[in-house]
Amino acid sequence: MSDSSTKTGASRRAFLKGAAATGAALGAAGAARAEDDPLITEVQDWASGFGDGVDATPYGLPIEYEDDVVRRTVEWLTADTISSINFTPIHALDGTITPQGCAFERHHSGAISLRKEDYRLMINGLVDTPLVFSYQDLERFPRVTRTFFLECAANTGMEWAGAQLNGAQYTHGMIHNMEYTGVTLRTLLEEAGLTAAGDLAGKWVYVEGADASSNGRSIPIEKALDDCMVAFKANGEALRMEHGYPVRLVVPGWEGNMWVKWLRRIEVMDKPVESREETSKYTDTLADGTSRKWTWTMDAKSIITSPSPQMPITHGKGPLVITGLAWSGNGAITAVDVSLDGGVTWQEARLAEPGKPMALSRFYLDIDWDGSEMFLQSRAMDASGYVQPTKAQLRDVRGLNSIYHNNGIQTWHVNANGEANNVEVS
Amino acid sequence: MSKFPKFLMATAVATLTAAPAIAEKLGLGRAATDGEVAAWNLDVFPDGSNLPEGSGDVLTGETVFSENCASCHGEFAEGVDNWPKLAGGDGSLADEDPLKTVGSYWPYLSTTFDYVRRSMPFGSAQTLSDDDVYAIVAYILYSNYLVDEDFTLSKDTFLEVEMPNADGFIVDDRAETEYGSFTNRCMSDCKPGPVEITRNVVFKGDPNAGADADEVQTTAPATTDEAAAPAGDEAPKAVAFDADLAEKGEKVFKKCKACHKVGEGAQNGVGPVLNGVWERTAGAVDGFKYSKPMMAAGEGGLVWDTESLSGYLANPRNYLKGNKMTFAGLKKEADIEAVLEFLKSHSQ
Repeated sequence: MSDSSTKTGASRRAFLKGAAATGAALGAAGAARAEDDPLITEVQDWASGFGDGVDATPYGLPIEYEDDVVRRTVEWLTADTISSINFTPIHALDGTITPQGCAFERHHSGAISLRKEDYRLMINGLVDTPLVFSYQDLERFPRVTRTFFLECAANTGMEWAGAQLNGAQYTHGMIHNMEYTGVTLRTLLEEAGLTAAGDLAGKWVYVEGADASSNGRSIPIEKALDDCMVAFKANGEALRMEHGYPVRLVVPGWEGNMWVKWLRRIEVMDKPVESREETSKYTDTLADGTSRKWTWTMDAKSIITSPSPQMPITHGKGPLVITGLAWSGNGAITAVDVSLDGGVTWQEARLAEPGKPMALSRFYLDIDWDGSEMFLQSRAMDASGYVQPTKAQLRDVRGLNSIYHNNGIQTWHVNANGEANNVEVS
Repeated sequence: MSKFPKFLMATAVATLTAAPAIAEKLGLGRAATDGEVAAWNLDVFPDGSNLPEGSGDVLTGETVFSENCASCHGEFAEGVDNWPKLAGGDGSLADEDPLKTVGSYWPYLSTTFDYVRRSMPFGSAQTLSDDDVYAIVAYILYSNYLVDEDFTLSKDTFLEVEMPNADGFIVDDRAETEYGSFTNRCMSDCKPGPVEITRNVVFKGDPNAGADADEVQTTAPATTDEAAAPAGDEAPKAVAFDADLAEKGEKVFKKCKACHKVGEGAQNGVGPVLNGVWERTAGAVDGFKYSKPMMAAGEGGLVWDTESLSGYLANPRNYLKGNKMTFAGLKKEADIEAVLEFLKSHSQ
């Protein structure tokens, strides 16, 4: 492996030379071809006849050849599909924005269909005037547009017990990253007036959804006034039903369960409610049986999305793009390192663009793969100076009984055929 | 709040001081009425504040629980299949596979009351009276040996209940126990190499494929022998069905299959097995504990056919009051039609 690592970052000339050698071996790119390619020399149907007219699909779906890039659940993880989860196909996506149509779903009582006309948002509790807003009211407040990741606290939760599921989609797919448009929660709270709350230190807001699960969470008012949003658009269009249409809460950098969907009520309080989702669930049991609560922040984490078990290397040795995602609830990603040898040596990957606070970063490492086995790992660093830990480091502190907040380094074993498997290494 | 992440606390305080608490108002929205606030603000706090009037005792709770909760959570709150267990697990939190229940894990009784009142029964939330909620919670406490059988829960007795794991929680301490040690960005010779695989992936292929599919096929008894059919099976029926529509129905049936099993070897689960349900009398599967209304309907001559099943599946609660199927119903007629075809295909 040391060979391949030292070659990385070598001159373009060396890169091309390597590619030519591989090409010759495979009879593919870069080498002389014996016969003409009929896709070029013969006139194809699509180059002669018509394609579809406009409006063939008023709202377009991905072309049929991409129909495997879809959300997938794992049926036996939950008792039924109503209170369940599925996973974003992160292995097949690139860039940083997650299309809404394949962004993972997590419902506690199913995705409800709620019309804008029937939507009401109440603000009550320690406010000067308890208010009720219609959807139309929300659209009249000063608006903001910001991009954030949402990660379920249980993302990668199966992997506490070892290497369980074979694919980035299943191990790390409870995440999405969207550009949200809406109103800051601060704007709405100030419209109701916070004088009645007195000294804001130690105050909370309770946020609650309109669906039958009544999912509710207590959030410190500092966070509520800092960067939370009441969002009604994502990636430029209305939220999807499964993501809380018409209105959801955005709680940047904090666990997805707090991003209450179908948001119907915001209450200012002098203490937390201690609801089901902040006591019996979304708490982290340590080795001695004590449990952490209020573990809201999603710590820095990264994953190589390709190559990965669902994305084997099919082109043989030579130029290979290693790519993945990194994010942190504690600020912007500052760097991502990649190891080809299971964490013995590391090299810095290229960020597609400078990291943005609490949003996904895309990284690339372009290597000349020599065809030998690799133990691929990635490691994220964030603006707070935090370095993504190994699974072993996390287990040393927390034991083996955690479910949530597994941000340990993932390993993919890539064999000489280019197939990848989920493993843990020494 | 003492564990609020430091950097965030700093930002938050800065924001709070930089902007006045009261900004210019736009006058949008309208005042909420007292009735509206009361309808939605059902919060109950650990100290019992905001609990409603009413009460419920353990014995009443046993009946109400059996009717409304036991189909998923079991008669003794022990849980059915993958559904949550509500009792047991005492002292297991430090074990390899802790059992987290109301008794072993939940720190506050208010949480149980609040959750049952607002979110249960699954599929029929907010249909229970406050007295029923008190009774159910009393029964769950009894199932966990936390109260005696003559206990009555109300706002007056609420604080008498001691939750075993009340002191089992600490506020997030990652800033102290983890952040300081997760800072080493080693670039080379980070550990002795070459590394070795210590654990291989458990579910190697598609996790939905069923790991033991091959095994099941090879060990299943040969089906050519008619005599191998389970004893007591009714005479073979020939029910005509549309195979394409039945296939669509199989997808719709995903909504049902958490509770109802069909196909070879299927048994009763949370709900009765549905093999042969077509033109069968209601409440007739051996070994399944039906609700009283369902038994009565069967005795009264209810047979599952297009008309009855369509009505039942469209709105289970209204079709047969007091039956125990906690399912909201299929909204689309096309879905009902398809799922009926699917059930016919399993009634051959």
